Formats: sequence, C-alpha cells, structure tokens
Amino acid sequence: MIVYLIRRFGQSLLAIAAMAVLVFLGVYAIGNPVDVLINPEATQAEIAATTERLGLDKPLYEQFGIFVVNMFQGDLGTSFVFGRPAMDVILDRLPATMELAMVALILSVGIGVPLGVWAGLRPDSIAGRTIMGGSILGFSLPNFWQGMLLILVFAVLLGWLPAGGRGTTTEFLGMQVSFLTLDGLSHMILPAINLALFKMSLIIRLTRANTREVVLQDYVKFARAKGISSRRVVMVHILKNIMIPVITIIGLELGSMVAFAIVTETVFAWPGMGKLLIDSINLLDRPVIVAYLMLTVLIIVSINLFVDILYSILDPRVRLSEMKG
Amino acid sequence: MSKLLEITDLSTHFFTRDGVARAIDNVSLSVDRGEILGLVGESGSGKSVTGFSILGLVDPPGRVVSGQILFDGQDLVKGGERLMRSLRGRRIAMIFQDPMMTLNPVLRIDTQMVETVLAHEKVSRSKALERSREALVAVGISAPDERLQSYPHQFSGGMRQRVAIAIALLHKPDLIIADEPTTALDVTIQAQILSEVQQLCANSGTALIWITHDLAVVSGLADRLAVMYAGRIIEEGPTADLISAPMHPYTKGLIESVPKGKQHGALLTQIKGMTPSLLKLPSGCKFNPRCPRADAACQTEPDLDPVIGTDRHVRCIHPHAEAGA
Ligand SMILES: Nc1ncnc2c1ncn2[C@@H]1O[C@H](COP(=O)(O)OP(=O)(O)OP(=O)(O)O)[C@@H](O)[C@H]1O
Ligand code: SF4
Ligand SMILES: [Mg+2]
Repeated sequence: MIVYLIRRFGQSLLAIAAMAVLVFLGVYAIGNPVDVLINPEATQAEIAATTERLGLDKPLYEQFGIFVVNMFQGDLGTSFVFGRPAMDVILDRLPATMELAMVALILSVGIGVPLGVWAGLRPDSIAGRTIMGGSILGFSLPNFWQGMLLILVFAVLLGWLPAGGRGTTTEFLGMQVSFLTLDGLSHMILPAINLALFKMSLIIRLTRANTREVVLQDYVKFARAKGISSRRVVMVHILKNIMIPVITIIGLELGSMVAFAIVTETVFAWPGMGKLLIDSINLLDRPVIVAYLMLTVLIIVSINLFVDILYSILDPRVRLSEMKG
Repeated sequence: MSKLLEITDLSTHFFTRDGVARAIDNVSLSVDRGEILGLVGESGSGKSVTGFSILGLVDPPGRVVSGQILFDGQDLVKGGERLMRSLRGRRIAMIFQDPMMTLNPVLRIDTQMVETVLAHEKVSRSKALERSREALVAVGISAPDERLQSYPHQFSGGMRQRVAIAIALLHKPDLIIADEPTTALDVTIQAQILSEVQQLCANSGTALIWITHDLAVVSGLADRLAVMYAGRIIEEGPTADLISAPMHPYTKGLIESVPKGKQHGALLTQIKGMTPSLLKLPSGCKFNPRCPRADAACQTEPDLDPVIGTDRHVRCIHPHAEAGA
C-alpha cells in the first residue's frame, strides 16, 4: 500500500510538472513575454525593471527554473487589475467555487445514484423510463441554456429564488461560505442545480448501466439464494459493486466540475474562480490566468489522487494486486 | 409421509421479444429426505431453470406459469416472497456452477457467511462467526480464521466452491440444489468435492439435487436419475436401472456417448441432430426429429408414464424394452 501511494504521488507530481511546462511555454515563451506579463500601461522604466526582475534576458531553461522556484513560493505574478499577488486573488475566490462544486457534487451523487439504481433495478417500469428520459435532457441541453431556463422559471417567473450573486456569507474554517446562511443557501440552490444537472445525468446513466450488469451476476442470485433480504442485496451486494466505477467518475468529474464551474458562475454571476477567469481573460490579467491554470491542475490532480486511494480501499482486488506490484 | 419435494406439472416460461421460450414444461419430479437425485440433460434442456424455479429465483422475463412445488407440504409456487425468503438458505440451499462468479468479489468471506446466518437466526455476530468458522472446517478448509478475513479472489476455484458449499451447509438445509458445481473445476478437485458433498449430505440427512450434463459424474453419486430434454423430463428411475437398461431412446443415446474405461479408443455413438430451439419445438414428441425409433405415432406427444411393475417413468411411445437394452 505504501509503495502504491508513493508511486501514485510521484505520478501526480509528474502531471503537475508537465502542466507547469505547458503553462510556461504557453504564457511565457510564446509571444512577447513582456506583453504577456506586464501591464500594457506600464512606463518604459517599469518595463525595463520587470524584464530584469523576471530575468527575461536569461536563457529559456533558466527562466523556467525561476518560474518554478517562484511557483513553489506561491508567487505567480501580480494581478494588473487587483494590484495584488495573483495567487491571493484566486485563493480569495476559491471557497466560492469549491463550495459550489461540493454542493453540486453532493446533489448529483445524492440524487443520481439512487435514481440510477432504481432505473437499473426496474428498467422497464414507467419510473425507470422517466428517469432515463430525464437524464437524456440533462445530458444534451447545453449547460448555459439550462442555467438560463432555471433563472427564467425560478427567479423571474416564480420569483422563489435569487437569480445571481452569492448572498450573505459567513465565516467557516477561515473561509467565507454561503451554505451556512439561509440567504446564501437560497442563492446557491440554482447554480448548484445547474452545475449538478449534467453530472447527475452522467451518474444516473452510469449507475443504471452498472446496476443492470451487476443484478445479472451470479453472486447477486447467490446472495438471494442465501435468503438475505432484498434490501441488503441492493444496499450491500449491488451498491458496493457499482460504487467502484461511480467513485472513479465522481472523482474525475469533481475536478472538471471545478474547471467547468466557469459557465455556471458566469450565468449566475457567482463570484468564484471561474467567473474570475473569464473576467481576467476579458481584462488580459495574465498572471491571474496562469495562477488559475496552475491551481486548477493542482486541484484536479489532488482529487484524482484522493479518488485512487478511495478506489483501492473500496476494491480489494486493486488493493492487493497493487500491494504485490 | 409425503416426500420432501414433489414437483407436479411445473412450467416456467420466458417471455422474450422473439416469443415464448418454454424453458420447462410440465416437469414432475420428486425427492425424498436424504435422497440424491441426478438431474441430467444437455445444455439448455432446462436444468438450471428447474432449480431456480424451486427457489423462486426465476428472473424476468421468466415466470413460473403453472404447476405445483410441494416442499414439506407447502406449495412454493403460491407461497409468496416472504415464505421463499425464509426457506432460501435455511431449508433449501443452492450451489452454483461457476465458483468464480458465486461469491461477491468486494465482500469478505466472513461478511458473506455471517449475513447468511443472521438472515435466519437471531444470534450475535460472534456466534455467527463461530458457526461460519465451523462450516469452513467441515468442508476441509484449513486456517479458517485467516480465510474468513480474505476476499474471494484470494482463493482458488476449488476453494471458492468449498466456501459456497460451506455457506449452503450453514443452516443444515433439508435440500441442496447443486447446479453443476464441479464442472468448472479440474478433475481431481471435482472428484474430491463430489465425495465430500456426498458425505456431508449423508451425515446430515440432506437431500440433494445434483444437476449435470455429465452422466458419468452423476451415475456414481445419485440414488435416482431424471433425464431432461427440451424442458421436459423424459425418463426417471433408480440410477442402476436407468444406466443398465435405459428405456428412452435419448437416454440410451446419452449412455452410449459416455466413454467407458475398457472401450478406450472405440468409436462413441453420438446422438445425431441438434437440440431444438425452444422457440421452434417440433410437434409431437420433442425428440422425434433425432429419434431412430420415431414413426407416425410419435406425432402425438407422449406423457411421462409410469412403467408397470417398476419404479420408473418414461416419456416415449416406443420405449426400449426393459430387459433388452
Ligand atoms: N433469461 C432468460 N431469457 C430467455 N430465455 C432463457 C433465460 N434463461 C433461460 N432461458 C431459456 O431456458 C432454457 C433452459 O435454460 P437452463 O439454464 O435451465 O439450461 P440448462 O439445462 O441449465 O443448461 P446448461 O447446462 O447450459 O446450464 C435455455 O435454453 C433458454 O432458452
Ligand atoms: S416417442 Fe417416438 S420419437 Fe419420441 S422418443 Fe419415443 S420413439 Fe422416439
Ligand atoms: Mg444450467
């Protein structure tokens, strides 16, 4: 297990390193780095100073070294717009995005898995077909359009929920969060649903397909032949088997949820990292873009690592073969 | 006293998109307490479906459409799920064909055994664990404590089948349905398990239905044989009588196609033709397209009639004479 963990950790570092190279090449090496990194309104003297400070006259590999060293110190440049370190700007927005993604994840799993299992156990029932039909909608309607529809119905027509913003936040573990205040929660419902719908549909379909496969397995029939309750057959024998692929997908999707919160955050004016990224792109605030890319990679890689560990705990076959290997 | 299990005119059909597959049709069988019945037939003849029908585990689109299954005086067809669940694993147990698929891959052996005990008895977990341990010892598994904490994939096929047998024996059932439990194993293990099961059943007075397509395997084990063809019992009687003097042309063909020790290298007679599709059964006697004795009279389907003066039944208009086999 330890060996496995160390190896997986090494792979994660490699992935981050690869991304660092890409971001470096993309943002630093292509085009005029001075344009990319320095406020276009800067004076000649400022440009000269920054060029020297960033060592842009040095060879590429040295520049890359400096970039990496700075990155390890959390220094990814200073935002032109906010006049503060880009990392700080992003980290300010991180809780909003993470909170949204977590709530969306909980929604999509909490609703998606039970619906998927239900549809998988009774594929021909009306409920089963309805669930599948609904998941196709969730799957195929564009995310921004679903979001606008949600706003139209629940905010504009019915007036039940606010259309945008984060509402009242409160301090939780040193972060500002919305989900602990009633007002914050009401602001969160629509964007969370919007972000969750696609994943929920994915999870429903995946769970259903897996359930259908697993119920046909001999071990399910054998479990029933032992006389244990059908509740236990579903909750233990079936669920434990389908959770393995579901966990994997959840992990992969949580990462992309953080990344793709961009659309939802834009539609609902949710002040998270995604909205910040769009704003930064519009304002050509490049250090923030770099910081966003690196941080997102870090988050996705960490989540994948975490999921792999969870996966190996769930599936004894993986655990043991990896232990031997 | 009535027999332990008496099946009368049982029909189980599968309502598929291509039509109704009459997997078993008017099957009548009986098994006495402590008796071993060999249920023999080619692949697809309906042996497994018979077993699943007894346990009420026929999956949709299949359904028991008519007939009676009297188990210790109770009709299982009318019994309902509640009765079935109380019988499954406790008074009627089943062992499946493929030991690799019977145990749930993600649950430890102790979980899978303890839940079987707890499904039927209100005992403490430690008591249930102790019972499981004893059951493993009884089927010849050494180091049971260690084994209990293992996962199925850490076991060989023979070991897994032993575990499945141990599970079947946990509640000292009145009847065990063994559905080709040794087919997937190599020959030495096959023989071991065969004699072990025979002994365990003899010790506890458990009746056994041994399902197989291998006449040679079962003839040394069973008290009585029932031969199935196209969802029907075509001949039934004491093993020795049936083997030495088969009356149904199909049984005779089966026996002639079994290699015997001394005829090594001799040409085996094969039954000509193919098993008919259940969706397009021939009219009259279902064996008639392949039968060397068929004539015009065989256009009417014969019943499974008792043979006067014997303890046998045969479903044929022109049976081989008992003596002249
Ligand atoms: N789920 C199903 N859907 C449709 N038909 C089925 C289904 N299960 C069984 N059948 C039908 O029932 C027939 C009998 O199947 P069964 O499994 O009892 O055969 P068997 O005698 O056990 O054969 P084998 O030796 O291959 O296990 C099959 O030929 C098949 O046509
Ligand atoms: S009834 Fe006729 S066709 Fe059928 S097995 Fe007997 S002899 Fe053959
Ligand atoms: Mg079978």
